[in-house]
Amino acid sequence: MCIAIPGKVVGLEEDGAIVSFGGTLRKANLDLVEGVREEDYVIVHAGFVIRKLDEREALETLELIKGAGLEIH
Amino acid sequence: MKYIEEFRNIKLAQALSAQITRVSKRPLSLMEVCGTHTASIFRHGIQDLLPPTIRLLSGPGCPVCVTASSDVDKALMISRMPGVILSTFGDMMRVPGSYGSLQEARAEGAGVHIVYSPLDALHLAEGRPNQKVVFFGVGFETTSPLIAATLKRAMSLGLKNLYLLSVHKLIPPALRSLVSSREVKIDGLILPGHVSAIIGSGPYQFLAKEFRVPAVISGFEPLDILQSICMLVEQAEGEEAKVQIQYRRAVSPQGNERAVRCLEEIFHPVDEHWRGLGLLPDSGLKLREEWREWDAESQFDLPTCSSEDPPLCQCGEILRGVLLPSQCSLFAESCTPDNPVGPCMVSSEGTCSIHYRYGRVPSHDGRS
Repeated sequence: MCIAIPGKVVGLEEDGAIVSFGGTLRKANLDLVEGVREEDYVIVHAGFVIRKLDEREALETLELIKGAGLEIH
Repeated sequence: MKYIEEFRNIKLAQALSAQITRVSKRPLSLMEVCGTHTASIFRHGIQDLLPPTIRLLSGPGCPVCVTASSDVDKALMISRMPGVILSTFGDMMRVPGSYGSLQEARAEGAGVHIVYSPLDALHLAEGRPNQKVVFFGVGFETTSPLIAATLKRAMSLGLKNLYLLSVHKLIPPALRSLVSSREVKIDGLILPGHVSAIIGSGPYQFLAKEFRVPAVISGFEPLDILQSICMLVEQAEGEEAKVQIQYRRAVSPQGNERAVRCLEEIFHPVDEHWRGLGLLPDSGLKLREEWREWDAESQFDLPTCSSEDPPLCQCGEILRGVLLPSQCSLFAESCTPDNPVGPCMVSSEGTCSIHYRYGRVPSHDGRS
């Protein structure tokens, strides 16, 4: 039930963000987050943005995983 | 970066699988406490990528599953009151109380509405000023801040016909109960990513400090889960115990402080009854005194009646990781997703439902 899906903010309105989930658009409330801008990726749970995703951290995580691969090959 | 496909790369999954096999020396039981993790582990066949030394257990992280029968009974009572609409998430509809489910009540004419977001309940109340709308709030720290934000919004709109029946629960007290009972051997914990996006890593520190249990906050894609398992194995093999964050793109040590403030403004912790775990201190959330007029439990007459869990149902043992679904005499016999006896078979994130759907058969070492 804690499922929350990443989506891309494609528009901002007075009462929330328009978020695209692979092309499907849904409105999401922004009361619980600050500083969300267009083009940001966010995670949405039951109609609310609960977190902005951090691209730098995501890339670093992938680099760490690739590093695990290098140790073996 | 799309944040999904990148974390499903097969080659990288194989590399992590090989790394885990290389590092793992002794048998370890790792518990995931979030139903979304359980579902992802089965959907992506994670167990089959692990060496025989690593055993994955499912814990009590399905909010629907741990809701006590007595709380479902309160929602049932409210749904049958004239002029009242009970709204809740779809997951709750088929959860059995002592005397049927909300779905059955609706079929008998009770006012029950399924909503996707608590904001839908607010809109329902706005559109029906002559009726009372009660939101049956279920969920962990991922969900409760949304309910808090919805109530604040309702207050600013001056809405007088929206109420909350809160059975929200907190994850850290449930973890404390699990690791301190020592009923099940837990060598490491895969911690819930989205609960942690809200609360951060601070509230879990007791796991490492008091109980010496390694813990990793994990994302939900296959690479996330495999990397988290790898980190847990490395900690355990190195005789370390710390709380690490694998899901760094969504979780910071301090969490979402704005959401936590919103939560604390509206709710306060109370002792709460969990199905399977019993009464746990400071593990539930009820509305603060200032929000009394929004509180369904103080605004509606809800007589306490004796509640019963279904006889022979072993959801309690399954939620604590003591039994596997296949060890329950009802599993796949009289209890199926179409005709569930206990809540773990109802929710799509319930352990029994997941085992049933993915047809887990006994593996090489006899486990199912």
